[in-house]
Amino acid sequence: MSASDTTSGARGGFSRRDFLKGSGAVAAATALHAQSATALADDEAQVVRGATEITLQVNGKAHKVKVEPRTTLLEVLRYQLDLTGAKPVSLDGSSGASTVLLDDKPITASNTLAIACRGKKVQTVESLGGQRPDAVPRAFVEHDAQQCGFCTPGFVMAVRAFLNKNPKATEEQIRKGLNGNICRCGTYANVIQAAIAVVKGG
Amino acid sequence: MAQDTYNWPAADKTSVIGKPMSRLDGIAKSTGAAKYTYDVNLKNQLIARALGCPHAHCRVKSVDTAAAEKTPGVVHVEVLRGAGSEVEWQGELLAIVAAESEGAAVEGLSNLKIEYDVLDSFVSDEDLMAAEKAGRTAPAGGKTLTQKEPGENDDEEAFIAAEIERLFKESKHVVEGYYGIDAITHCCLEPHGSTVAWEDGKLLAYLSTQNVSGTDDGFARDLGITADDVEVRCDYIGGGFGSKFAPDYWAIAAARIAKATGRPVKLMLTRDQELKIAGSRPSGYIKVRLGADADGVVQVWDSQHWGTGGSGGGGVAHGTIPYVYTPKNYRRVATAVRTNTGPARAWRAPNHPQACAMSQTAYDDLAAAMGVDSYDIFMRNLENTAGARTEVYAEEMKIGARLMDWKAKWHPHGKGEKRGSIVDGLGMALHTWGGGANNSTCQLRIHPDGGVQSFCGTQDLGTGTRTVCAQVLAETLGLKVDQVTVNIGSSKLPNSGASGGSTTVGAVSQSHRRASTDALTELFKLAATKLECEPGDLEAVGGRIRVKSDAERGMAWKEACSLLGLKPLEVTADYRSGTPSSLSSSGVGGVQMAHVEVDSETGVVRVKKFVAVQDMGLIINPKLATSQINGAVIMGIAYALFESRIMDPATGAFINAELADYRLPRLGDIGEIVVELYEPESERGRGVIGLGEPPVISPGAAIANAVCNALGVRVPVLPLTPKRVIESLQAAGRA
Repeated sequence: MSASDTTSGARGGFSRRDFLKGSGAVAAATALHAQSATALADDEAQVVRGATEITLQVNGKAHKVKVEPRTTLLEVLRYQLDLTGAKPVSLDGSSGASTVLLDDKPITASNTLAIACRGKKVQTVESLGGQRPDAVPRAFVEHDAQQCGFCTPGFVMAVRAFLNKNPKATEEQIRKGLNGNICRCGTYANVIQAAIAVVKGG
Repeated sequence: MAQDTYNWPAADKTSVIGKPMSRLDGIAKSTGAAKYTYDVNLKNQLIARALGCPHAHCRVKSVDTAAAEKTPGVVHVEVLRGAGSEVEWQGELLAIVAAESEGAAVEGLSNLKIEYDVLDSFVSDEDLMAAEKAGRTAPAGGKTLTQKEPGENDDEEAFIAAEIERLFKESKHVVEGYYGIDAITHCCLEPHGSTVAWEDGKLLAYLSTQNVSGTDDGFARDLGITADDVEVRCDYIGGGFGSKFAPDYWAIAAARIAKATGRPVKLMLTRDQELKIAGSRPSGYIKVRLGADADGVVQVWDSQHWGTGGSGGGGVAHGTIPYVYTPKNYRRVATAVRTNTGPARAWRAPNHPQACAMSQTAYDDLAAAMGVDSYDIFMRNLENTAGARTEVYAEEMKIGARLMDWKAKWHPHGKGEKRGSIVDGLGMALHTWGGGANNSTCQLRIHPDGGVQSFCGTQDLGTGTRTVCAQVLAETLGLKVDQVTVNIGSSKLPNSGASGGSTTVGAVSQSHRRASTDALTELFKLAATKLECEPGDLEAVGGRIRVKSDAERGMAWKEACSLLGLKPLEVTADYRSGTPSSLSSSGVGGVQMAHVEVDSETGVVRVKKFVAVQDMGLIINPKLATSQINGAVIMGIAYALFESRIMDPATGAFINAELADYRLPRLGDIGEIVVELYEPESERGRGVIGLGEPPVISPGAAIANAVCNALGVRVPVLPLTPKRVIESLQAAGRA
C-alpha cells in the first residue's frame, strides 16, 4: 500500500485554478489512474501524494473516505460507500451510466476525481429510492423504461437533472436533451414516455 | 405426462396473465438497489484487471512480472499467456493483476514487461479476393435445389448449372445485387466478469451470466472440483444478448487467484476488452442473382456469400439464405473467412438479421426494377414461405400497412418528393424464429400460513422473467403477484435452461404452470373434504378456493393452506424441451416497416417512424412484450445505421473499441416506434412462444430498403453511415 505523503502549498507550487486549467474540466481517461500529484480544492494550494482522508457530502451525509489523487468519485461511491447505483460502463463518461449530481449538476462520476468533489454536494440515484421513491424512478417502472437495468440509474439521474432544469419540457425537448446516456437494450422509447409522464405529473 | 393435462385459462377468464403489469424488480433497478455482479462487494476483496494483447497476431516472446509484482497495492500477478504463446486477435487477455484498488491494479498492469514477435494479420473480411489471396477462405457449405431433377445419366453438377441458367433465361425479371452487413459486437453495458470467493473449499461465483444452471459445471471442471461445490449466482445481469453462456477463462482465472490469495476477487473486463473479445456477430456479404416471373414471384435464386466469425472462420449459416422466402429453385454457396478478430458468439437471433439484410434487400431491388410497390412483391412472394405462417405474414402485412399508412405514403423507388435535399422512403422486411420452450424445473412451496415460494434456476436478462414467473403462479393459484415470492438466479436452485434463443418464457411458463397446477390439485383435495364436494368442483379465484357452480361456497386461500397442517406442501414440476404441450409452442413470424428520411447532401438517415407487428402465441405480459419489441427495434436501428466493428487493415487493431467511438443510437435517434402485438385466438391457442429474438431481425433490411426507396440507389452494406450513403450516390452519378 502506498503511504500517505502530504505536503503543503509552497512546495507543490500550483493552485487549484492552475490544476483545473492544466487538466481540463474532464480529465482524459488514461490520466485518471496515473500516479500524478493533484492539488486539493483549497484556497491555499496543497499537493497530495498517496492516500489521504477527505470528507465527501453524499446524499446529505458527511462521509470520511480515503482517496489517492487518482481515485475517481465512482470508485469511492462503489467501493467505499457501497453505493453501486452509478455504474462503470465507460471510463470516459460517454455512456452516462455513472451520472450523479454534483452541486445539482449532472456529471459522470467515472471521470471525476474524488478529491475534486470536496466541499461539494454529491447526490446519487440511491437518494431517489427508499420508502417513497422519487417520481422519476416511479415513472421508469410504470412506463417500463428499463430492461437489463444497467444503464437505468444513470438515465434516471440524467432525467431527474434535466427535468429539474426543464420542469415543463416538451417531447421535442426531451428527445433533444437526453442524449448523454446509452442504453443497449433499447429502452429509449419508454424513457421518453417516462419523462413525459413526470412532466405531466407536475 | 399426457399432453393435455395442463392448459391456459381462456382469454376472458384470466386476472393476471395477459395484463400489462409493471416488472416486479423495477424500483430496485431504477433506484440503484439491484445488485449486479459488478456491484457485489465482498469483504476484503481484491480488484483485478487484465492486460489485453495490443497486437492482432503475435507470439509472446517474454513476460517479466517483477516490476508489476512490486507495484504498491498489487497482491497477485497471474500470467495467462506465457512466452511462446501465439495470440490471434487484439485484446486477448495475457495477464491479470489483482490489487487493493482499481488504481493499483491498473498501475500494476502498466509495469508488466512483455515482448512480442508481431506476425502477419488479416482483418479485411469484406474483401473476398484479398481473403482468397491470403489463403484465409474455406468452403462453408451450400445447397442446391431445382424442381427438375437430373436424369440417371446426367452429371448432377452440370445439370444443375445448366438448369439454373435456363431458369434465368426464362425469367421475366432478373436482378443482380451485392449486399452486406458488417460485424458488430454484443457490447453488454455490464462487461463480462465475476466476483468470486472461496469458503471451506467451496466456490461462490457471482457471474454475469445468462446461464446460472449451466455454468457451475464449467467452473468445477476447470478448477478440479465438482459442481456441487460451486454456486453460481446472478440476481441481475447488465446485458447478455447471447454472449454470456459460459464462465469464460477469465472468471476461472479469478477463481484461481481467489484461491491463491485467500481473498475474494472481482475481475470485470474493461470496455475495450468487452468489445474486443467478449462477443461479436459474424459479418456477411453476398452476391446475388435472382429471376422472377411477370408477377415478381422469384423462381430462381443464386447466391454466394461470405463473412467472418473470427480466427476460426465461421460466418452466416447458409441454411438461412434466402431468408423467409424459399424459391422453388435455388443455389446458395457459403465461404468462411478467417480473420484476426475476436471470436463470434451467439448474437440475438444468430444468423437471422444478417440473412434478412442479405436477401430481403434483393427482393426489394426486384420491386425497384419492376417499378412495383415493394409491399406487393413481398405479398406475392408469400406463396413461397413455409406452411401455416404464410397467412400470419399476410395478416401482419395488412396490419403493418395500415399502421404505417403505407399505401398513401408509398412512391416508386427514387421518385419521392424532395424537400430541399431531403427525401422520404418506405421499406419492409419479414422474419421468423422458433422460440420453443427450454428445459425448466420449478419447485413450489406452499406454506400453511398461505405463503407461496417458487425456486427455479433461471435468470432474468431484463426481459421480465421474474415477473412472468410470478404472473403464472398468481394466475394459477388465484392470487395477486405480490402474494408469491419468486426465487431465481442461482445454480443451487432446480435446474432451468440457459436464456438464449427466446426459450425462457416458454420454459418458465411451463414449469411454473405445472408446479402450481399440481400443488393446487393437492390443496383441492383437502379443501374438498372440508367443503363436502369433489376436488374437481373447485377453482382458485380472487384469493379464494371455491366451488365453481356456487361461488359463495368456499374458503379464503389462507384457510385452505392451513389445512396442510404443520408441513408446507412441496411440489416439483419439470418440463423437458420438445415435449408436446398446449402450454407452449414454437415458430413465429413478424413484419416490420420503416419510414425514413435521407439527406442526399449529408448522407444522414433518420428513422421517422417504425412499425413492428409481432405474433408470439399467448402473451403473458403485453407491457413487457412491447418493451422487448421496442428494444429490439432500437437495437436494429443501431446495426442498420450506426454500429460496426472497425478494424484497421494494416495493424489488425479494433480501432473503435470505446463507447465514444463505437456508435450506438441515443435517445434522439429513434423516431416514432409503433408496436402491434398480434394475438388473435388462433395464435393465443398455440401457447407461449419466445419473443427475444424475432423483432431484432428485420430492422436492417427494412431500413435499408426504405433508404433505397428514398434515393432510388441501393446503399449495399450496413450500417448505412453518411459516408456510405454519399459514396453510393456518387457511384450512381447522383452526387
